[in-house]
Amino acid sequence: MASQAVAPAVVRTRSSGTGDSVARFVALFFATLLVAIAVLLVDQLFVRSAPARESLGWGFLRGTAWNPVTDQFGALPFIYGTVVTSLIGMLISVPMGLGAAIFLSELAPAKISNALTFVIELLAAIPSVIYGLLAIFTLVPLMRTYIEPFLKHSIGQVPYIGDLFSGPAYGVGYLTAGMVLAIMTIPFVISVSRESLMAVPREQREAALALGATRWETTWQIVVPYAKLGILGSVFLGLARALGETMAVTMVIGNAPAVHTSLLAPGYTIAAVIANEFAEAGGKIHPAALIELGLILFFLTIVINGMARLMIVATTSKGSKRA
Amino acid sequence: MPTSTSIPASTAAQAPKLRASNVNFFYGAFQALHDISIEMLEHKVTALIGPSGCGKSTFLRNLNRINDTIKNSRMEGKILLDNEDVRAVDVTSLRRRVGMVFQRPNPFPKSIFENVAYGLKINGMAKRSEMRDRVERSLQRAALWNEVKDKLQESAYALSGGQQQRLCIARALAVDPEVLLLDEPCSALDPIATAKIEECLFTLKDQCTMVIVTHNMQQAARVADFTGFFLMGRLIEYSKTDVIFRNPAKKETEDYITGRFG
Amino acid sequence: MNLRTWRLLVNATMLTLTGVCTVITVSVLFVILGLLLYHGASSLSIHFFTQLPKPTGETGGGMANAIVGSAQIVGIAALIGIPIGFIAGIYLSEYEDKRFASFVRYVADLLNGVPSIIIGILAWALVVLPFHHFSGIAGSVALSVMLIPIVTRQTEQFLREVPLALREGALALGASKWKMIATVAVPAGSKGILTGMILGVARIAGESAPLLFTALGNQYWGGLTEPTSSLPVMIYQRATSPYEDWNQQAWAAGLVLIAMVLTANILARMVLAKGVSLPRG
Repeated sequence: MASQAVAPAVVRTRSSGTGDSVARFVALFFATLLVAIAVLLVDQLFVRSAPARESLGWGFLRGTAWNPVTDQFGALPFIYGTVVTSLIGMLISVPMGLGAAIFLSELAPAKISNALTFVIELLAAIPSVIYGLLAIFTLVPLMRTYIEPFLKHSIGQVPYIGDLFSGPAYGVGYLTAGMVLAIMTIPFVISVSRESLMAVPREQREAALALGATRWETTWQIVVPYAKLGILGSVFLGLARALGETMAVTMVIGNAPAVHTSLLAPGYTIAAVIANEFAEAGGKIHPAALIELGLILFFLTIVINGMARLMIVATTSKGSKRA
Repeated sequence: MPTSTSIPASTAAQAPKLRASNVNFFYGAFQALHDISIEMLEHKVTALIGPSGCGKSTFLRNLNRINDTIKNSRMEGKILLDNEDVRAVDVTSLRRRVGMVFQRPNPFPKSIFENVAYGLKINGMAKRSEMRDRVERSLQRAALWNEVKDKLQESAYALSGGQQQRLCIARALAVDPEVLLLDEPCSALDPIATAKIEECLFTLKDQCTMVIVTHNMQQAARVADFTGFFLMGRLIEYSKTDVIFRNPAKKETEDYITGRFG
Repeated sequence: MNLRTWRLLVNATMLTLTGVCTVITVSVLFVILGLLLYHGASSLSIHFFTQLPKPTGETGGGMANAIVGSAQIVGIAALIGIPIGFIAGIYLSEYEDKRFASFVRYVADLLNGVPSIIIGILAWALVVLPFHHFSGIAGSVALSVMLIPIVTRQTEQFLREVPLALREGALALGASKWKMIATVAVPAGSKGILTGMILGVARIAGESAPLLFTALGNQYWGGLTEPTSSLPVMIYQRATSPYEDWNQQAWAAGLVLIAMVLTANILARMVLAKGVSLPRG
């Protein structure tokens, strides 16, 4: 899942003859091709969004209205929706994922732990559109009929916080999308956290146990803090995935380009609006505005993925970080 | 094969702090300990010596049941602490009473202060106001106080290997254990650090019972009142240290002492 | 309640909770499979695989075009992406150009993390825009860009695991570097490399986002130069439509898709698990 630390270098040889020179050239060519594709990606994102960036300027980021018909383009509803749904997703998947990772690393016997991890990692292979399919027909009615009304009548009555759970219970919206994202990100959190926990040296656990700590105390107060960098990395990894998630979110977010306070309200994310509008987008500004949104999403995920990788490489390379 | 369980006659009047009876220990199908019976007396230092892999560490780790964490392991026989079967009591209370110092220093990634305070905190043994005093006392007993008193908030990893090991001793002492188990505590340290630790063990003797596993026969000779010689999972001979080193009863013991193997 | 009892209670409770978290997570997979089987199996018939969709309003029909379309798009994407990824992976593993290799590796990881819809924008800009035409090949380009970094990193990883001794053995016999790579290193790592490719293809086969505005979709047969329908996009369209029988078809298609993806994944991982154990000497 996450990229591994790089193993030691392989054998160096002096290339002998034309065969080797050709081979080297070919290999270098394809590697450069990979880089070229990435460069092209960034280039096109900038170039194709230029019409929007030039005519809309920085106001684009603050604009809350999105109406292609009247040429109004504001990015805020989508940035807001992307962030809110991803946060909801992480708020659910991190505690559950960490809990499961602890169980798999500290409590379950090796065979069971490996088997269950295998199953959980399969969840990550399920296509996004299938999560969306299930969400539309099973989760949304559930939310609309039971869960959202329940939330409205319980937390929704508390002053201030209650505003988060107000308004009609459509079933689609930020909360539902957040829950789908939770399910989709949990395998990443579990997989990487479990590895980080397993990398904590056994002497640390034994030292705590020898002082009379219970299994839980040892795990929560000693093992988890020791592995915190890797765990944090898994969270960022999940977050990056959640931010860019398209299909499943599109199917349950409600497609409303506005900023709503209530989590029960319909909203929109960057990926969802691109998915819905791009094929039909006409004129000069509309496609460019969508691509500009894509550019924002691109940077967001690059940065968060980059941070995730730094944290993960730091911990899973050779187990203990210190002497 | 015969095993020696000789309790030195002159001290039979003292009740043993720890007594092992017919202990057999298995890692899966492999039998690591065969029929070990031994008694360790209160306020005395007992050393366990023997070549690598002879089972002395395995035996030590049964005394505080830290072997419970090893999957597929099994112990037969009894170990009594003050005449109570160690497997009958709650394991976390057992471990507070029987502390352990490991082969390589393993301080937590916390400050020096936090390391020593950890055992106190989880066992609820000190109020906030008392914490500082108790940490200081433990560090003094471990002969580390003077070197760290000005940097208690610094990370434990900033200390040298020998200092870290003394920190681990202080951490173990903080919960006032009745017994202290030391598993080759100096094997990763240089001679000077080793000497400092042996000194601190001398002063601790009056306050707690110690069982020390060591590769270093000179160390056993210097520090221990009683010594047990292990070989291939069996206790070959157990006696006052003097006797073991000057006048061993068994040939295997004599061979080991004189360096013919191991 | 004294402290000891409280601590033991907390211990038991929290450890149980972690087990609960695990059970919930694992059961999600089975719930998903169960629901797909329950809703989708009834709509699966030979028609599903052989017929074209009926026009809106008429019942019946199948998804033959989507299945064939997916095969086409993914097939071409694999033809493009696998060779590029494979050789780039060889480069990263066998040619230690220090800084450039690290840079390439970094870029590969970067590309891996880009949301698939953004990749779709790239393919749109490169293939759809110039020709003013949605097409199957545009979809293939998008999917191949996703496939390349996956295959690159997997190839590199498994080549690195090939023992030095094996390589040196070949070199010592007089093999040139490229011969050593082709005849010793790659075959030795082939199991892992192959499974990496399979997993990569399984991953792109399930993608719909990058196809939404490249290959688009088609009620009829498409082709390389025409808008082409694909299974994931079809599922999306059918699921979000208001027609009951189209929704049913979405379930059936979902069942087919997940069966393919999971089978590929399970097989690949099982082969991998057996393959990486060291030979007994």
